[in-house]
Amino acid sequence: MQPDPPELDATSIMTLEAFADTIIPGEKRFPDDVAVAGASAGGGAVAAGALELLSHPAGGLAESLDGLSQMLNLHAMLYANERGLALDEALPSFVALPFAARTELVAQLTHPEHPEKPLWVGLALFSNMAFDSAAHLPTLEALAAKHPGLTAMGYAQPDPDGVWRFPDSSYGRPLARIHPNTTSTGSPA
Amino acid sequence: MSAVESTDVLVIGSGFGGAIAAYHLAAGGARVVVLERGPWLEADEFDHDFKLGASYTRIFDFTIGDGMSVLSGNCVGGGSVVYFATMPRAPRFVFERQGSLGRRMWPAAIDRDSLDPWYDRVSQALPVTQQSWEKIPYGGGLWAAACDHAGRTANPAPSAVDVSLCTNCNWMAAGCKFDAKRSLLLNYLPGATAHGAQIRPLHEVQKLTRNDDGGYRVHYRIVDDEDYRVLHDAGAIDAKIVILAAGTAATPVILQRSEDDLGPMPYAVGRYFSGNGERLNNAVFDDDRVREVLGLSRPGGAAYEAYQIGRGPTVASWDKLDGSLPEFERYSLEQLYFPPGLGTILAQAPGVDGPAWYGVPKKELLQQWKSWLTIFTMSEDDNEGVFGPPPPTGNANRFSQQMLGHNSLQYRPTANTLRGWALSDADVKDILERDGLAKVAPWTNDLVGAYTVHPLASCRIGDDPRTSALDDGHELRGHPGIFVTDGSAVPGALTVNPALTISALAERAMPGIVEAARRRGVPVQYTGSLPSDVTPARAPALPRA
Repeated sequence: MQPDPPELDATSIMTLEAFADTIIPGEKRFPDDVAVAGASAGGGAVAAGALELLSHPAGGLAESLDGLSQMLNLHAMLYANERGLALDEALPSFVALPFAARTELVAQLTHPEHPEKPLWVGLALFSNMAFDSAAHLPTLEALAAKHPGLTAMGYAQPDPDGVWRFPDSSYGRPLARIHPNTTSTGSPA
Repeated sequence: MSAVESTDVLVIGSGFGGAIAAYHLAAGGARVVVLERGPWLEADEFDHDFKLGASYTRIFDFTIGDGMSVLSGNCVGGGSVVYFATMPRAPRFVFERQGSLGRRMWPAAIDRDSLDPWYDRVSQALPVTQQSWEKIPYGGGLWAAACDHAGRTANPAPSAVDVSLCTNCNWMAAGCKFDAKRSLLLNYLPGATAHGAQIRPLHEVQKLTRNDDGGYRVHYRIVDDEDYRVLHDAGAIDAKIVILAAGTAATPVILQRSEDDLGPMPYAVGRYFSGNGERLNNAVFDDDRVREVLGLSRPGGAAYEAYQIGRGPTVASWDKLDGSLPEFERYSLEQLYFPPGLGTILAQAPGVDGPAWYGVPKKELLQQWKSWLTIFTMSEDDNEGVFGPPPPTGNANRFSQQMLGHNSLQYRPTANTLRGWALSDADVKDILERDGLAKVAPWTNDLVGAYTVHPLASCRIGDDPRTSALDDGHELRGHPGIFVTDGSAVPGALTVNPALTISALAERAMPGIVEAARRRGVPVQYTGSLPSDVTPARAPALPRA
């Protein structure tokens, strides 16, 4: 039995979407989408299901997401203040940052010397995983639904039984001289 | 706590070090119990699925330390179930390494010649076979052709994969559902159970205490089969001898936690950890240049675009495994497939000014995923890893239900280690960027530190009590009757994949461990048999304890 993921408020959802979109950017889902900055064509981490993966009880971050959202917006406000940036007060501070500023702030938060680095690396790790492995979904379902990440990567379709096999797999010929000091068992001498 | 059981031999961990010990001691007549922290899965339970909770996350551990992250097996069969089964012997010069000690770090009794007969035994038992170019997957072929173009050599590496059964699905990190990978589930472990050994999955050993008779009491907790953060009942088993093979990132932690009861541990317990000098570079190939420069093509028109196809690493370049080169400047370069989801966040887009592991450049890198080739450096690091105080249970503070946790390891690469990495980075770039074949960038160490899939040396053998935790018979100094036979016993980085060396050392230690058991009153003898002598080559499903 998996516990239900915690309900996130609208501010947290937008903030975490904006963070995930900074890790793997995508196109806006609708014209006035403010969380997704639209820095890249095609779906990014948000369309790939970053919020679903972050909220998955198996991941270990679900209970912390509201707190992470609040911390992220605090960092964004400090970042804007230091630079004299005026932010749209109707939006969470991180969401109000332009994409380039979001990118720079993520670099600061994940810097090896930043005291909160493990938190932000964890958030980035799951955002990336949503795109490059769809770890919140059965992989067969993700491929059938044309998951934006697996599709963009060109991840191959399996055989009809849902298992991958590649009978076409080799150039089939020697392509280098082997090392002169190779032993009879094929190991380095 | 329930009544305390007793056995002759208690084996902690069921990877190479534990399985080999369990087999020989059971075959020789001892009563053997194996406690394994992870679950017991068989071929039909290994999934082709990235979803959290599939076999991919059930049988793998990824623990993050301060400056070093460790990937390791977490299941019956240990690393053999999740690894890529590349099984070269360590080159001769490795056994002469000094590291930063100023003298040879291996015991005087061990060199390549003395270890070769034990390599032979493991190679027969699994078995390990030479690979032919005709069956080398595209990624290995591409690496070979690029090496050749650069005037280098490249070898198909010996492997414990039965290629006739392999589908080149590249799901081997999630366990091989075709039993093509010759894991310990197919040889030593069924051999051990055929001789009466009991294997108990989801039993996580926490510590050892000493009994009045000179034996040991092994204390464990039952691990929840879905949420590994949850521990259930506690129990204990008395044994006359203990074989500790919980893995390099867990063995020293169990000993640290036992120190209050057992007395002081050797200084080297939890020190001298080596990440096998490991480092990854990621290349993105220009398919047109692969065709024009290397003359490669596949049916259907692509020249390469085959990152997903294969069975992990299959071809290695050993030109820098040259004993005449200075120590810390020798390394192998092995072609690799690294599955999505686990570590690919660390892959950096080449040629980017600014953040390269995320953002628009990273997405563009992922869009070229089919043209990736990962090159794996195994070099000579400086044994600079040290374990801090143990966590309350296990070897890490588990973060996710499965797989992810934080360990107590601290690793600050020395100038020696950094020099080897820089040389190998430059070498990979030189080989692969020639004539516009590819663009290359190393994985970042900024997020989770360096990372290793081959942790070694945290409880190592040696002749000097100040720098080794074990004598050359693998017995823990000052604690007779405790033996360590996993990767933690290896003195240092090997410059190649270490599983065959770990196994050969375990085989080598067995006659002495059997003799130690006899001295403690265990009716056991060393038979010298191998599991292939007692079980069919394709073993049936294992009986569950």
